[in-house]
Amino acid sequence: MTVPHPSAAPGPGAAAEQGGGRARRRPSRVWLGALPLLVFAGLCFGLPAGALLYGAFTRTDPVAGTTEFTGEHLSRSLQGPYLTSLTGSVQLSALTAALATVLGVLIAQAVVTSRRGALRGAVLTASGVLANFGGIPLAFAFVATLGISGVVTELGHLDALGWNLYSFTGLTVIYLYFLVPLMVLVVVPALDGLRPQWREAALSTGASTGQFWRHVGLPVLAPSLLGGFVLLFGSAFAAHATAAALVGGSVPLVTLKIADALSGNVLVGQENVALALSLDMIVIAGLVMAVYLPLQRRSSRWLR
Amino acid sequence: MAALTPVSLSPDSTPPDSPSPVSPGAVPVTARRRRPRYWRGAVLTVAGLYFLTPLISSFVFTVHVPGQGLTFAAYSGILSADGFTESLFLSLSLAAATIALALLLVVPALVAVRLGPPRLRAVVEIVCMLPLVVPPIALVTGIATVLRWGPDHFSRTPLYQTFLAVQNESFPVVLVLAHTVLALPFVHRSLDAGLRAVDVPTLVEAARNCGAGRLYVILRVILPNLRSSLAGASFLTLALVLGEYTVASLLGFRPFAVWIVSVSGAEARMSVAVSLLSLLITWALLLVLSRAGSGPSAGAPAAGAASGAAASGAVASKTATTASAAPAPVPGKE
Repeated sequence: MTVPHPSAAPGPGAAAEQGGGRARRRPSRVWLGALPLLVFAGLCFGLPAGALLYGAFTRTDPVAGTTEFTGEHLSRSLQGPYLTSLTGSVQLSALTAALATVLGVLIAQAVVTSRRGALRGAVLTASGVLANFGGIPLAFAFVATLGISGVVTELGHLDALGWNLYSFTGLTVIYLYFLVPLMVLVVVPALDGLRPQWREAALSTGASTGQFWRHVGLPVLAPSLLGGFVLLFGSAFAAHATAAALVGGSVPLVTLKIADALSGNVLVGQENVALALSLDMIVIAGLVMAVYLPLQRRSSRWLR
Repeated sequence: MAALTPVSLSPDSTPPDSPSPVSPGAVPVTARRRRPRYWRGAVLTVAGLYFLTPLISSFVFTVHVPGQGLTFAAYSGILSADGFTESLFLSLSLAAATIALALLLVVPALVAVRLGPPRLRAVVEIVCMLPLVVPPIALVTGIATVLRWGPDHFSRTPLYQTFLAVQNESFPVVLVLAHTVLALPFVHRSLDAGLRAVDVPTLVEAARNCGAGRLYVILRVILPNLRSSLAGASFLTLALVLGEYTVASLLGFRPFAVWIVSVSGAEARMSVAVSLLSLLITWALLLVLSRAGSGPSAGAPAAGAASGAAASGAVASKTATTASAAPAPVPGKE
C-alpha cells in the first residue's frame, strides 16, 4: 500500500463525533480484530503442537504416574523400522519431486513457447485443477487404472511384465499426477519472466541455444526451480491419504508408520514414538520451508 | 530483428495479445524453429495421455463388468449405499462450519492488519502459514494427545464435558477446529490477495467519516469488495474438507473420504465411481471459481483476478499472485 495512512489527519466529522480520544484509542482497538485468530491458533494449533513436543520428550510411568524427560523416543524414532520409514519417505519425496520438476518444466516451456493463447489457458486451468487432485479419489482412480484388475493393466498385460501399483514405483507414478501440475503452476510465471530479448541478444552475439540456457536461462530460473522442487518435496513428504488407501504397509513411509502407531496397530506404548516421528517430520518440513521462502522471495524479482 | 519477428512468425495470424516470448530468438534459422514445435507437441501429447488415462479408465472400470458388459449399477447404487448420505451430510456440514469459522477468524484479522501496526501483519502471516510446516498427520497426533488428556486428567472436572462435546459422533467439533487450522494458509492467501487490491484504510476512514459504525464498515464496505476472494477461500476450504481423510480417519470419525475407503473392500466399483464423481464435482467447483474470479461479473476486477489466481492457481498466471498461490494446494493433499 503506497497510500499514506489517512488516520493521521482525521476528518472534521470524526473529530466532531468522538473528539481527540479516538486517535489515541485506535491502535489498541484495531489490534483486537486479530485477537480471535491468535487465540484460536494458540488453542487449536499451539496446544496440539505443545502436547506433541512434550509427549515426544517425556515418559510417564504407568504404575507410579511419574513423568520424566527423556530422549528415548526421539532416538528410537531414528532407529530400525522407523528410520527405514523416514528414509523411505525422503527417498520417495526426493525422487518424485525431482521427476516432477523436470517434467513440469518441460510442459511449462511447451506452453509458454506456444503461440496459442487457448492452449496456455487450458493447460493452466487443468494444472490448477489437477494440483488439487489428491488423497483418496486419486488413489482409487489409479487402482481402477493400474491396479491388479485395472483397465490398463489388463489391456497391456502389465502384470506379466512385473508391474505392481502397490510399490515404490507405483506410488511414484501416482504422486507425479498431482506434483507435475503443481510444478507447472510454480514455474510458468518464472518462464514468462525469461525475456525473449535476452535470448535474442545471446543468439545474435553468437551464443548457441545450449550456451544461452547454461549461462542465462538456468541461472535466472534457478531460484524458481529450486523453490519448486522444495515445495514439491514438502508436498509429497506430507502426503498420507493416497498411500494409506493404496499400499497399506507394503511401502515404508513415515506417515503410514505414524498412523499405525497412533491407531495402536503395533505394540502398546508406541504413541510417544508416533509423537517423536511427527516431530521428525515437522523438523524436515520446517527445513523445507526455511529453504523455500527465501527462494520464493528471490525468484519473485523476475516475475514483474 | 524485432521487425522481422512477426513476418516470419505468424503466417497463421497470431492474436496480438497472445504471449509469444521465445519465438523471436528462434527467428534467424527457420529450421531451428520447426524442431521445438515437434518437441512441444510430443511433450503435450505424452502429458495429456498420462493425465487423461486414469480418468478414462476409471470410468471404463466402473461401467464395464467383465462377463456382464455395460452396466451403470455402480452409479445407480450410490444413493442407496449404506452410510453414503450420512457421511456426505457430515462432510458438507463440517465444510460449512469450517468455512464460517475460518472466514470469521481471518477477515477481521486481515482488516486489522491493514489498519494496525506493521508488526501485527507479520504475526498474523506467520500464524496463518505455520500449519504449512506441520503436516496433517503430525497435527492429528498432537490433537489425539490432547484429547487423551480428557479421560486421563480432567474426568472429574466440568471441563470433561467439553472434551466429550467436542468429540460428539454426530457433529465432531474437533474436526471443524482441525480443518480450520489446515485451511488457514489458503484462506489467508486468498483473502490477502483480494485485500491487496482494496485500499482498506481509505475506505474505512471514508465510511467512518460518513458516520458508519465499525460493524457496518466491515459488513457493507469491506466484504462486498472481497466477494470473489471470499468465494475463492470458501471453495478451496470446501474442497479441502470434502477430501480430508487423515485427521478424520485417525480420530475415528466417518465423513465422506473415510466412507469411500471403508466401502472399497466390498464395493470396489462403487468406490471408484464415487471417487470419480467427487472429483468431477470438485473440479466443477474450481472451474466455476476460476471463471467467477476472472470474469467481468466480479465487483472489483482486480480483486477478482487476484483471488481467482490465488484460489485455483490457474487463471491470471502472469501475476505474481499465482506463484505465491501455488503452494496453497499443498496441505489439502494430505
